[in-house]
Amino acid sequence: MIYLDNAATTYHKPQTVIDAVVSAMQGMGNSSRGSHSGALKAARTVYDARCKAAALFGCADPSRVIFTANSTEALNIAISGLFTAGDHIISTDLEHNSVLRPLYRLQAEEGISLDFVRADKQGCVDYGDFERLIRPETKAIVCNHASNLTGNMLDLARIGAICKVYGLLLVVDASQTAGCVPIDMEKMGISVLCFTGHKGLYGPQGTGGLCIAEGVEIRPFKVGGSGVQSFSKTQPVQYPTRLEAGTLNGHGIAGLAAAFDFISETGVEAIHAKEIALMRRFYEGVKDVDGVTVYGDFSTDERAAIVALNIKDYESGEVSDELSETYGIATRPGAHCAPRMHEALGTVEQGAVRFSFSYFNRSEEVDAAVAAVKEIAE
Amino acid sequence: MREKKLRFIITFHTTTDAMAFEKHCLAAGLPGRLIPVPTSITAGCGMSWMADPADRAALEEAIKKDALKVDALYEVVH
Repeated sequence: MIYLDNAATTYHKPQTVIDAVVSAMQGMGNSSRGSHSGALKAARTVYDARCKAAALFGCADPSRVIFTANSTEALNIAISGLFTAGDHIISTDLEHNSVLRPLYRLQAEEGISLDFVRADKQGCVDYGDFERLIRPETKAIVCNHASNLTGNMLDLARIGAICKVYGLLLVVDASQTAGCVPIDMEKMGISVLCFTGHKGLYGPQGTGGLCIAEGVEIRPFKVGGSGVQSFSKTQPVQYPTRLEAGTLNGHGIAGLAAAFDFISETGVEAIHAKEIALMRRFYEGVKDVDGVTVYGDFSTDERAAIVALNIKDYESGEVSDELSETYGIATRPGAHCAPRMHEALGTVEQGAVRFSFSYFNRSEEVDAAVAAVKEIAE
Repeated sequence: MREKKLRFIITFHTTTDAMAFEKHCLAAGLPGRLIPVPTSITAGCGMSWMADPADRAALEEAIKKDALKVDALYEVVH
């Protein structure tokens, strides 16, 4: 199989990540549950992963790195724990349902109000719209770093600067960029960074987290076992325990720690450069093929390594199935959990076929995908 | 059971703080090790740092100098 669905999850993982998970499963206790050697091994492993996440994302304090099952859980924790009735939140058309649904739920159940920065037919935003939508009751901008559909990237430093001027929180969904695009919370002015472990970080599924800037206080999404302060009727107030009730995915986090090592040893810039080169090779190969429509802004390499396209008026699911069955190429069709982005692109009915590239793809695989698209378009 | 004697005990709010403390002590060559919090200090679970009372001054200095996050300091028979 030629795997080009890395925006869903990266398929090829570093052997060190696999080895770390296996080793953890062969000899690790439960973090924060006692102080025997197995429990301490788990606690040290989890703490090591916190330190590595903090270093990678520019989070000043490792105790403000909270581990979750994925970005969606991290975003739910942030969004449900930061906002209350009367707050106004600004988001964008680029968002995934992991941002949209928690916001829509707060709108329906808690009475927050929402506005969206609209995207044009290329999936691009006008940054002036962020400022135009700000009201006295605006509390935050919640947005992704890059669209999971077009790969278009938002300029977080620019948005962070706006947030600083108006005293807003900036909550970021970095699902498509963590590990493959440089992120610095302090420099970009990010209040809460939500990430998943199994995409650009090349870690196991079931890992992810949020990094919280100094001064940002999030109410617990869940409460329960913490391994400390057991006779208190309330969840401990200190991070990370405040937001980590229940046993952590220690085995997965051991793999994630190894994944952070892979990222730092390889270099985020080197990973981004290779992925973008593969994306460019594919884009250049398909963009002028008769019957092929490519979506998104390719005028810059400041983007995620994603190419979404359609062929003639074929259903995207039909094309993806043909790619899989006839050519052995894995892609993702349909709506990609990004309803507003499809509305902006005009692809609600057809969906789109998404090709997404990883550090472990090879140029021959890209060339085979280009040839397959050409053949289907004939 | 081991003989009880006077110990210097440092408690923490979270396991993360305990891990950070242990990492710092190992790197700095400071004495002690992590143990379950003695029930004479608090009921419940959690980790604490146990050292000889003779090492208290060195540990307290590190806490102050390097702004290590701790809950409280005790000397108890344990």
